[in-house]
Amino acid sequence: MNERLAQALGNLPDYLGQHVLLSAAALALALAIALPLVVASSRRPALRTPIVAFASLVQTIPGLALMALFYPLLLALAALLSPLNIRIPALGFLPALLALTLYALLPILRNAIAGIEGIDPAVKQAALAVGMTSRQTFWQIEAPLAAPVAMAGIRTAAVWTIGAATLATPVGQTSLGNYIFTGLQTENWVYVIVGCVASAALALSVDALLGIAERGIRQRRRAPLILSVAALLIGVAVALAPLGLRGATGNTVVIGAKNFSEQFILAELMASRLENAGFRTSQRQGLGSAIAFRALANSDVDVYVDYSGTLWTNVLENSESLSRDEMNAQLARQLRERFGVTVVGGLGFENAYALAMRRERAKSLGVTDIADLAKHARNLTLGADLEFLQRPEWKSIANAYGLAFAATRSFAPTFMYRALQSGEADVISAFSSDGRIDADDLVVLRDSKGAIPAYDALVLVSPKRAADAAFLAALKPLMNSISVEAMRRANYSVDRDADKRSPREAAQTLAGEIRPPAR
Amino acid sequence: MTDAAAIAFQSVTVIYDGAAKPAVDNVSLRIAKGEFVALVGTSGSGKTSLLKTINRLHDPAAGAVQIDGGDIATVDAVQLRRRIGYVFQGIGLFPHLSVAENIAITPKLLGWSRQQQSGRVRELLDLVELPQEFSDRFPAQLSGGQQQRIGIARALAARPDILLMDEPFGALDPVTRDNLGSACRQIHERLGLTTIIVTHDMQEAMLLADRIIVMRDGLVAADGPPADLMSKPGDDDVAALFDVPRRQAEKLSALAARARGAGPHA
Ligand SMILES: Nc1ncnc2c1ncn2[C@@H]1O[C@H](COP(=O)(O)OP(=O)(O)OP(=O)(O)O)[C@@H](O)[C@H]1O
Ligand SMILES: [Mg+2]
Repeated sequence: MNERLAQALGNLPDYLGQHVLLSAAALALALAIALPLVVASSRRPALRTPIVAFASLVQTIPGLALMALFYPLLLALAALLSPLNIRIPALGFLPALLALTLYALLPILRNAIAGIEGIDPAVKQAALAVGMTSRQTFWQIEAPLAAPVAMAGIRTAAVWTIGAATLATPVGQTSLGNYIFTGLQTENWVYVIVGCVASAALALSVDALLGIAERGIRQRRRAPLILSVAALLIGVAVALAPLGLRGATGNTVVIGAKNFSEQFILAELMASRLENAGFRTSQRQGLGSAIAFRALANSDVDVYVDYSGTLWTNVLENSESLSRDEMNAQLARQLRERFGVTVVGGLGFENAYALAMRRERAKSLGVTDIADLAKHARNLTLGADLEFLQRPEWKSIANAYGLAFAATRSFAPTFMYRALQSGEADVISAFSSDGRIDADDLVVLRDSKGAIPAYDALVLVSPKRAADAAFLAALKPLMNSISVEAMRRANYSVDRDADKRSPREAAQTLAGEIRPPAR
Repeated sequence: MTDAAAIAFQSVTVIYDGAAKPAVDNVSLRIAKGEFVALVGTSGSGKTSLLKTINRLHDPAAGAVQIDGGDIATVDAVQLRRRIGYVFQGIGLFPHLSVAENIAITPKLLGWSRQQQSGRVRELLDLVELPQEFSDRFPAQLSGGQQQRIGIARALAARPDILLMDEPFGALDPVTRDNLGSACRQIHERLGLTTIIVTHDMQEAMLLADRIIVMRDGLVAADGPPADLMSKPGDDDVAALFDVPRRQAEKLSALAARARGAGPHA
């Protein structure tokens, strides 16, 4: 427990620094956009309605979706700009920054405009009557009178931005959200709590400091205003110091991980190997399945592990089923030709989709094969992870066996296993390398019709690193070195409730169990 | 065109957007330099609207306003306003500026030096009979009457030739009101201003002004020196207006006589 806390706190300088950098940059950018709009709208009140309407519209998009939407937009932009030799990263800081900036616009714009509209018309008339130009009226009368209300809006924006910045994790930007997303995935509640407490504490301190600034403005006192702005700047500088100390990040290898334990463990494993080989590493954890591959193809991520079946059906959009060797050969060729992505090789185990049931339930229904399941499916509930029901594999299984369930429900993987135990689901879309299959005494149903493709775990490398011999050499020893049993144990050590390990600890254990290079 | 007119209205009409009839309807008037004019009339009769055409807070839909013989439509509105003192019906002090900053606003806009500005603030606080300590206060820290004095001081700050006052004494008790009214008249004399004051108080109008203009439904219903209007009001409505102070005065003198006659009767 204390150990896990210590480990969580070890990540704090990095996570907090990145979080502060992201939030502060988003807020600054939002101010830089909003304030000129406010000035423009003070001269032309007709602009106010469309400006506020736009900002409100943005606000209705869920934060996570907004971040995710920037990803394809930036990718398209990157494609447009690549002939000009301008490279824009579509993942990580930029999409998170843009989404948070848009998010922060509404409170700033709405309050500043409300502040200006709320000024006593008699005061505005007086400004005219004493002989002010419209510019003088804005800067000498409207701006100072609207400032306290505008400041309250900036405060709200700061609190929102700091909170929403935790959602930057899935688009590949490290933030305090890393604690929350990783923690939820591995049921490491210490992590989740550390993440929530840290971001709440950050938001509250910034709010308090801006509150002092707001009061200073309201009471027309300089001292509190200067004091709070200085405190904020010092705070930002202190938070950013660890990032600066790490030095230039130019040659840092970026390791990607999707959003489940196995991916976290393998990312840690690759990180430690690369670090031993002298590389600086950083991780982008919790990436969506499709985002991870695109990020790799765009060299936003340098290396991650994906599964052959997923690549075959989802990325290359093939529907024919081939033998394992043939598929792997085709994959390597097509990924290189179409995306410049290199398949370094397989890790030696498979993590296939599998339909699993509780042993006694399967026995009582007499189900051992998916074909048996089809007969009972009408009375059963399928529990799936968040992706499965949208994936072509599911359609192919459903078609091959004529499966039609009474109901289907989606869960985060952890909760999917819980649902199976509690009877909320009768069948789940399990993963064959998942330690919980053994631990929970589940049976994996046979796929007699071969509808589920192979899912060999493959190490993929970005176009940028394709020719980096030292880099590839550091990864090579991992090929064919991990047995499915070892992977299951590692996964289970992270997923179980008692005596939980962190992904890094599990990776260390796994490294000790690696098979010596067979061939 | 006699050149004596400080302000001349030539067939001035003011119509607000969407209004059925004009707020000021084809009004022509000449106000001589040095005149102290009271503008009276029922609520909504167009007094404020007429006043606002003088410093171009509102431009007339038709007609022209001249100051010292020049059409003001041809001069820059901002420069024009800096030459005319204007006291608002609703005071309109700047709540975020100190008393001194409020008073010195037009001089500052005109580019006076800091010393000139602060010297002027001191003079004006004396003129409107407020203590110098008020300089650093904010409007919210003043009583309504004190705020009105600051409004007048602000209007006078840049030494205008023309002073326009729209119900400047609304928030005052009778004693202060009387004092400030007399003070305004003195200032008017001393500085040689041309002053127009809008008021609802007929007694005040008659005691302060050289000339009273009565407005009704956007038209000038009567115009002349107080004594003339009292004796020859022209129509019944105007007569009724002038009757009010007269009857009040009669009642008051009767009351005063009785008070004197009764003596200490306890
Ligand atoms: N900004 C405006 N928009 C539309 N109509 C207006 C506006 N200002 C005044 N009016 C109308 O014009 C007419 C004249 O108004 P004005 O303010 O000149 O009256 P006033 O004589 O000053 O009245 P009061 O003694 O109540 O101040 C009124 O009918 C009023 O409703
Ligand atoms: Mg009025």
